[in-house]
Amino acid sequence: METVLEVEELTKCFGKVCALKKISFSLHVGEILGVVGPNGAGKTTLINCLLGLVLPTAGKICYFKKDLFHNRSQILKKVNFASSYVALPLSLTLEENLLVYAHIYELKAPRARVEEALKTFGLYEKRKQRTRTLSSGQMMRLCLAKALLNRPQVLLLDEPTAGLDPEIAQKTRELILSYTRREKTAVIFTSHNLSEVELISDRILILQKGQLKALGRVSELLKKFGAQNLEELYFQLAI
Amino acid sequence: MNPRRVFAVLLRQLYLYRRSFTRVLDVFYWPTVDLLLWGFVTLYLEKAATEMPHYVSFFLGGLILWNILLRAQQGLSVSFLEDIWARNLLNLFVSPLTILEYLAGLVLVSIVKVVIAFLVMGTLAALCFGFHIFILGSSLLPFILNLCALGWAIGLVTMASILRFGQEAEILAWALALLFLPISAVFYPVEVLPEALQMLASWVPSSYVFEGMRKIILEGIFEPGPLFKASFLNLLYLIGSYLLFIKVYRQALQRGTIPKIGE
Repeated sequence: METVLEVEELTKCFGKVCALKKISFSLHVGEILGVVGPNGAGKTTLINCLLGLVLPTAGKICYFKKDLFHNRSQILKKVNFASSYVALPLSLTLEENLLVYAHIYELKAPRARVEEALKTFGLYEKRKQRTRTLSSGQMMRLCLAKALLNRPQVLLLDEPTAGLDPEIAQKTRELILSYTRREKTAVIFTSHNLSEVELISDRILILQKGQLKALGRVSELLKKFGAQNLEELYFQLAI
Repeated sequence: MNPRRVFAVLLRQLYLYRRSFTRVLDVFYWPTVDLLLWGFVTLYLEKAATEMPHYVSFFLGGLILWNILLRAQQGLSVSFLEDIWARNLLNLFVSPLTILEYLAGLVLVSIVKVVIAFLVMGTLAALCFGFHIFILGSSLLPFILNLCALGWAIGLVTMASILRFGQEAEILAWALALLFLPISAVFYPVEVLPEALQMLASWVPSSYVFEGMRKIILEGIFEPGPLFKASFLNLLYLIGSYLLFIKVYRQALQRGTIPKIGE
């Protein structure tokens, strides 16, 4: 299987505190990797490093066999990101917001692509509305539409369903799953919701205090560590 | 009315100020700038009360040109803040957009703001007060370019401060340019300033622009020499402020503070 992301011994220290310690893993085409761990485990630092927002203290991050920090702009054309903690300008309409990013990602036929993305996420009818009129679930869908606008080969999602009610979270998961399976997008996502992680991940990565505690398919990890379910495994390894 | 609850409101603000240098600075900053500015204006008016036939032109010309500097600066720093307030900065910084492209985009925003402000103020000054900014003739363009350049340099320093100190430093988006107001000699000649401030003004490019403006209005003479000096200083400040911004940006990447801006 083709590798789209290779992380080698990634370490990030803030002064004396190391948020990530020699993390190594790879991500393959169309694979969904769920990252779990308690607060302060290093999940968000990992995502931020993978996005080039935080420079690692040591280690390597290579997308498509190219080093992220030497080919940042070229790589980020094929990568995208959404988070429940990041929004889009509220005073712009949905269409305007996406058009801005369509130009940033140098998309061909930007208007057509924006319309397509809005339709995919059920927001087409609201395209002329100001973004401030959206509910939090709709805002997350708009952020996902932005994140998939450039048909990324790698999608990074930081707690995409945090703060959403169970029904909207379920719909959001379905949208992510159906789109990424169809387009063969590789996904890394962080979440505190273990059943969500189990449901949509091909593999999971468990972090604890910046250290990689386990990496693999849920069924393999349960067998390896003798746990009944992911929750038991999580408490065994991450707490 | 419950005095304890009133005290709690005061306490909440005191807690805020106790940890915020920029907020404390703000308390002293505006009164100091106001006092200096209007103090020097008064001094000038006292000295020149009998021999100042063009004072309306001086003031209006100064006001219009000063606004160019302000718009240029805020085109950068306030636009940057808009992205922080909208929690949109991360979306931009994780896109293929390079930092240079981002800055270039903000410079374009500031040019649009400058053009609009100039047209509105120029038209209103002509219609309401009979003052025509175009009496400055061909010198107007180099004046504007120099004020924009200083505005961008101040804007970059403001953005660097926000990147370094977080949203607490956002007050600088309004305050930093005003620090240059008293020593730019916008509403009075440099000679009105005390000697130490005159020395300081010689390092401020905008002071040459406003002196030049007054010379044209009063004597109809344009002296290119001081403007060359202003352009040279502006070039230095632009390079310096850009390098400062890039350095702070790289430090922010090292420290991992970019995702936390706006929190």
